Amino acid sequence: MLTTHELTKDYATRAVDSVSLEFQPGEIHALLGANGAGKSTLCKMIAGLVRPTSGSMTLAGRSYSPRGKEEAERSGVQIVQQELNLVPSLSVAENLFLSILPHRWGVLRTRRLLENARQLLRDFGLHSIDPCDHVSELGVGERQMVEIAANLSRECRILILDEPTAALSLSETELLMQHLYDAKRKGVSILYISHRLDEVEQIADRISILRDGKLVGTWPQNTLSQSEMVSFMTYGKDRPEGSSTGVPTPQQPTEVERRDSHSPKKDGPLLIVHRVSRRPRVQSVSFEVAAGEILGIAGLVGSGRTELLRLIFGADRADQGEMEIRSTEPSANSTPRHGLAPLPRTPAHAVERGIVMISEDRKSDGLWLPQSIASNIAWSKFRGSFVELLRPFWSRHANSTAETFRRSLAIRCDNTQHICQALSGGNQQKVVLAKWLNRDGKVFLFDEPTRGIDAAAREIVYQVMRDLCQRGKGLVVVSSDLEELLKISHRIGVISNGRWMKDFQGPDFCREEIVAEMFEGYQNQGKAIVRKNEVLQ
Amino acid sequence: MSANTVRETSANNSRAWQQVLLQYAGMALALIVLVTVFSIKSKTFFSAATFTTIANSIPDLTIVAVGMTFVLIVGGIDLSVGSVLALASSIFAILLIDWHWPLWGAGIIAVLCGGICGGINGFVSAQYRIPAFIVTLGMLEIARGGAYLVTNSETKYVGSSIEWATEPITNLAVSPAFLFSVLVVLAGQWMLHQTVLGRMTVAIGTNAETVRMSGIRTLPTLLSIYTLCGALCGIAALIQTSRLSTADPNSGAGLELAAIAACVIGGTSLRGGSGSVINTFFGVLIVSVLQSGLAQMGASDPMKRIVTGLVIIFAVLIDSLRSKQS
Repeated sequence: MLTTHELTKDYATRAVDSVSLEFQPGEIHALLGANGAGKSTLCKMIAGLVRPTSGSMTLAGRSYSPRGKEEAERSGVQIVQQELNLVPSLSVAENLFLSILPHRWGVLRTRRLLENARQLLRDFGLHSIDPCDHVSELGVGERQMVEIAANLSRECRILILDEPTAALSLSETELLMQHLYDAKRKGVSILYISHRLDEVEQIADRISILRDGKLVGTWPQNTLSQSEMVSFMTYGKDRPEGSSTGVPTPQQPTEVERRDSHSPKKDGPLLIVHRVSRRPRVQSVSFEVAAGEILGIAGLVGSGRTELLRLIFGADRADQGEMEIRSTEPSANSTPRHGLAPLPRTPAHAVERGIVMISEDRKSDGLWLPQSIASNIAWSKFRGSFVELLRPFWSRHANSTAETFRRSLAIRCDNTQHICQALSGGNQQKVVLAKWLNRDGKVFLFDEPTRGIDAAAREIVYQVMRDLCQRGKGLVVVSSDLEELLKISHRIGVISNGRWMKDFQGPDFCREEIVAEMFEGYQNQGKAIVRKNEVLQ
Repeated sequence: MSANTVRETSANNSRAWQQVLLQYAGMALALIVLVTVFSIKSKTFFSAATFTTIANSIPDLTIVAVGMTFVLIVGGIDLSVGSVLALASSIFAILLIDWHWPLWGAGIIAVLCGGICGGINGFVSAQYRIPAFIVTLGMLEIARGGAYLVTNSETKYVGSSIEWATEPITNLAVSPAFLFSVLVVLAGQWMLHQTVLGRMTVAIGTNAETVRMSGIRTLPTLLSIYTLCGALCGIAALIQTSRLSTADPNSGAGLELAAIAACVIGGTSLRGGSGSVINTFFGVLIVSVLQSGLAQMGASDPMKRIVTGLVIIFAVLIDSLRSKQS
């Protein structure tokens, strides 16, 4: 149905390099690749968001070169991106039919709109969403589902989904899969990007793998094992000798190594968090972290993990709760104090007390995207006080500091004057890390530290964590990736539906128990309809 | 490694300098084109008298526009500059004439008054998270009312005691006020790039949430920037009073828009995060050359306004096309 001929896109570097692909009607075509492989750029070119440098496309036999998203949509090409495209201040119904609002002489026909929306949501199985609700009141997963519903409801021949399940709960994912099968049966050609290989294996008809902007190849689904997929994504077709299985296992520390490098000092807690609440998302959570310990926090999306970190960091105000950072000096511990300090009221207070937070969304609140790497790192040293404002700003000093971090974290760029906007996700995350390492603190809160970054950058993030541990810092790591938590944590706490369920002491974790706890908080409330063994497989 | 790094950085520096010069070159070129066109069209335009007149009429607008540039870069706006200027000018005249204060005392109080008005703008908008547009709109009314109140709605004649500030210096053709305003421009540009206050201004304008989530307080910076803008209005008030020999509570009406126009012609973004003080100065020059050139060509006042409006839109259009390209 859609064919691309030698499609190429040059940015600073070549993002997509002569990719020729064809997508057939009624097929789910998965596009795989590590970060920076060019998947997103390829999709954007097809969806008309980006114009190719060279190459051409044909859609249903006719030449197709959209000059914008609107033109692509008129040809029946829809894209659902990772960034959401809904208007938060409008209702769900208005968002669903934004381009085709029913009206008479310009006056909105509200009843008809609501009926249509209700019908669409019912067809889509989204019974819990009221079309009158404002989008701003919905959770991230619900928003994603509304957006997909809006796209599928329109006339559509090609549907592009860029990591649609990243923010979805398991039940929502299941629902999405059903709808994709329906669309496929109707002859829609679906282009599906995901990092979840098991998901791809489950639904894709054919799989194309990109690496460094080039097409490695296209395979029917059942001819490729997961380990082969990983191998092709990492090495292309030239699998190096020696790795006979072809699976480039991320260098997992052996059991002995892990215990050696990861032994927290056991001289009392460094951070004490006591009965922190912000209802309904966080309900009376208490925990402790020791110096040199990595505490992993596991939980489903929306269970209150991020909210908890934000409360400790002072980014949001808590209803109640106390917190204390104990000095690591033994003398201070000898005089135990009764009662803890209140939670920080602003991030500035938190940082002053030695808490820093690597936030989930580096683009909106982690980086100054249009600024250089050097500036981004240098600004973290400031507190913004009046006295400081009068000082001169030493750009040379900033550059040399940035240079040090560029080397130690292997930030890939020509020089530290490079603008952060143009960096890949992994490199951006390294800049965020550098920013906080430059500031330093006693307790490091990590929220989804490896989301959307490639394997090499991931290893560097882990290395940074291990170093911080050895320097006696306390680490709290929130991640949706359970494997990651199992690998790096000394202890894992499970939060479910806003409540702290249980701590598991490492290094030998029982996965089943942790997953069971993740769902425990939703029992009797019917919120998680998901069957546990599906997570466990 | 070190030699390599040095070469790299020096290459970067020279490239950075080229970029900086290129930024100013565009504005300078526009100015030169404008002057050339007027010189050809009007026989009387290209003369020392014209340039002296222009130079001696812009110091007050220039100084206000420098303050406005900082406010715009930090992501705010200050609509109250004209009224604050009128208030400071009124208080200055009352102190000097009715209360018989010395010149320097009245001057300091006038600048302080501007600073306090600006400080209130900054504090209220930063502390209570009220849009600067609203707060400064309120201050626009308050300061104007204050100016009428202290002068009893009458224009005060100040006399010749401070006329020296805007009178051309013998043998130099320009006034001390013009020299001072150029100094303010250079100091402003330096401050924007070489001080923590300047860099924080850019950081907040680029992404205020990142600043907050980095544990950096924004209130001190915002308060400083608005106070600075207000104080510069106070200084501009003194210059204007000197130039007109009177303090008029009606003065400075529409000044906020003239200052914003100069900033945007100079490429400062209303969304915050980017801008340049020197280019703002070029913006002031372009507007005043345009006005005086059109006047010499015999254009009517309505015509001048229409052309100025077109130039503002055209300048921003070019800017947005250029940024889209890169």
